[in-house]
Amino acid sequence: MLSRLAPNAAVRSAISGTNAARFASAAAAPSKKDKPASKAVQDSDSFCMNLFRGKAKVEQVFPFPLNLDEERKETLQMILDPTTKFLSEVNDVVKNDENAETPMSVLKQFAELGAFGALVPAEYEGAGMNNTQMARLAEIVGSHDLGLGVIMGAHQSIGYKGILLFGTEEQKKKYLPDLATGRKFAAFCLTEPSTGSDANSVRSTARKSDDGSHYILNANKIYISNGGFADVFTVFAQMPIKQADGTTKNKVTAFIVERGFGGITNGPPEKKMGIKGSNTAVVDFENVKIPKENLLGAEGEGFKIAMNILNNGRFGIPAAMTGAMKHCIKKTIDHVTTREQFGSKLEEYGNVQEKLANMIAKQYACESILYILASNMDRGIQDYQLEAAIAKVFTSECAWFTCDEAIQVHGGMGFMKETGLERVLRDLRIFRIFEGANDIMRIFVGLTGIQHAGKHLQAQAGPSGAFDKVVDPALKKSADALDKCVSLFGRTVQDLLVKHKKGIISRQYEVVRVADAAIDIYAMAATLSRCTQTSKTAGSVADYEKKVANYFCETAAARAEANLKSVAAPNEAIVKTIAEISKGACAAGANPIAHPIDTL
Amino acid sequence: MRVLVGVKRVVDYAVKVRVKPDKTGVITEGVQHSINPFDEIALEEAVKLKEKKAATEVVAFSMGGPKCQEVLRTALAKGADKAIHIEVPDADASKLEPLHVARALKKIIENDKFDAVFLGKQAIDDDANQTGSLIAGILDWPQALYASKVEPDGKYLKVTREIDGGLDTIKVSLPAVLSADLRLNEPRYATLPNIMKAKKKPLEKKSAKDLGIDVTPQTKVLEVSEPPVRQAGGFVDDVSALITKLKEKGFIKA
Repeated sequence: MLSRLAPNAAVRSAISGTNAARFASAAAAPSKKDKPASKAVQDSDSFCMNLFRGKAKVEQVFPFPLNLDEERKETLQMILDPTTKFLSEVNDVVKNDENAETPMSVLKQFAELGAFGALVPAEYEGAGMNNTQMARLAEIVGSHDLGLGVIMGAHQSIGYKGILLFGTEEQKKKYLPDLATGRKFAAFCLTEPSTGSDANSVRSTARKSDDGSHYILNANKIYISNGGFADVFTVFAQMPIKQADGTTKNKVTAFIVERGFGGITNGPPEKKMGIKGSNTAVVDFENVKIPKENLLGAEGEGFKIAMNILNNGRFGIPAAMTGAMKHCIKKTIDHVTTREQFGSKLEEYGNVQEKLANMIAKQYACESILYILASNMDRGIQDYQLEAAIAKVFTSECAWFTCDEAIQVHGGMGFMKETGLERVLRDLRIFRIFEGANDIMRIFVGLTGIQHAGKHLQAQAGPSGAFDKVVDPALKKSADALDKCVSLFGRTVQDLLVKHKKGIISRQYEVVRVADAAIDIYAMAATLSRCTQTSKTAGSVADYEKKVANYFCETAAARAEANLKSVAAPNEAIVKTIAEISKGACAAGANPIAHPIDTL
Repeated sequence: MRVLVGVKRVVDYAVKVRVKPDKTGVITEGVQHSINPFDEIALEEAVKLKEKKAATEVVAFSMGGPKCQEVLRTALAKGADKAIHIEVPDADASKLEPLHVARALKKIIENDKFDAVFLGKQAIDDDANQTGSLIAGILDWPQALYASKVEPDGKYLKVTREIDGGLDTIKVSLPAVLSADLRLNEPRYATLPNIMKAKKKPLEKKSAKDLGIDVTPQTKVLEVSEPPVRQAGGFVDDVSALITKLKEKGFIKA
């Protein structure tokens, strides 16, 4: 009954963002495809999907799925060492930020380390890494230079990801070797002036030539990362497609476009708040002739391709965020253990301790979520769109929090460029916006989950005890809290469905809170899984981790319960007031409240 | 010319070293390790000689715990053709002394013909600065230590050494022992294709017992301690205040 929820929400919630398609209606694509096959209700093994039904489905989270074999570990280590040295000795993040450019010579050297072809198989000259290995690599890059991380991500996580996922053998052979080795660079061209979060609304057009030998593309793409120097573009445009009933309908189609095809121009680098080392530009395509071999996937499948690329590449952000948090935490520790005020080191003060504890707990949770996601992708699990969206939202916000607190603890020093934190804060800001704005991601998580629950309406059982069996005994209390949260979550979602039915689509007040609770609950599960794993292998080191995990769960459970409480409570008055305040201002065209001096 | 290059696994130079609470050594658990930087320079020089066709084969050597294989793989990725690991149990690795390493190198050279041994001038962990001289002595080979420039010259190596106040250029006949100083070259980064190739290069593993060498420690570490913490300084407003302060402290005549 609620199967159209996600696409509707996509349209309703369209807001502008940067660089990539925002609303991960990835869920919408498969569900639409699956629908005609059978009316039968689809079950999922995803932890987050089942959470919405109040079910503790633990297999994808417990035991902690991270499992790199010795050979992969060794290869990774061999790449990490020179990469770390390169990032600290050759690449100059301060200069890249000041000059708003990362020199091509630096990118070429970075390419020699395999950083631009991490996931490309060795037969196409790539590094042949899996997602887990790449996550570790992206983490190191994120801790040094987020601008460089964006160049890397725009190139391989989205730029040429389409060729890797959907390309024909010929396309792979032709493009991947040059792209994986950084001899050429790629860009992902979806965003347009009127297409931000709502990816299906692109206006660029493509048509087939009369002789059928090529396509003619006209497109105006904005906020394109690597747009100033990319040689290969994955471009999305509307194309008239003949339907089964003989009518013609415009459908999004994807193309591989080379700069050399002609008719491609780009604007100057955009002036940005952060990630200045990354190039962002307008790219225009005017009557570009694309050989028919350069169609990516099938005609009319562009939307699905775009969503799959974004979903598949999304884990790169949590990786970079985890790395950035490590950098901020390291700086904070160095500072609070040396700086003295009022006769004591900062580390002695309870308020400073609390800040540091929160930073460490959040970083631990982010890292746990990241490696569950990457490992699950590596073992072929397909149903991870909620987990990926949660990872993106949670880690980008935790990183922002951590960097902000790091600056706070540094006081005036933190505000100074030289300390190396203000740049990170500026760089981090975009991560809550691009590749799926966090607001849209929340609605997506909430509505996709609620829709799933809606198909499975059933009486909710109480706490299942499922976590008790899989966690370390020292984490029992946290596991019980998690269990309680899962069951409370299921009941709350069910009540919400009963109360609003289809109308839930327009209840964003509840939906974002449900999403927030889901994020916290999933983070708890991830944290407990990882900590249980460490306590099996790491001995005394694990005692510290247990404290961190338990502390995180304590705070996350409290947040989740508060969010669920405000969803469940009769809050019509608040929702109504919120709308009235906003509408009043919008109708007046300005904040209607007069200055207090004027009202005296 | 076949070159044997010693690469020692040490705590990375960028790591802030911390002393173990029991003061028997420094904390190495969970700490980043890499090739001793001077050994990396020695390796780079050997690889450069091979690229100039002055050397035919470069073999990397390391003695220590099982993790030495990581630095050997890195050496292979940076251009060594094969690697030899003389493995000792982790617990004994910290008790290895330059003499033990020199003995092991001698055995390797006895079993397989080499024309030169390249080493870093010293390791950044113990700063012993002994292995080069010891191996030269044991083998009775000429030594060219602290090299800042190396030029192959038929059966000789012409080596420039930085000494106080100038340069010292010497010519040593092969086979010889050479140790690398900081300014000899700038080591390269291992590139991905070379990392991949390194996985297929041979890495031979032997134990000290296989070589029949004695690794009984000759020295005992009594205590390792942190350097004294420097007192924080203070700022003065101007030069005259500085002079007053210096006078107060008795650093300049009143």
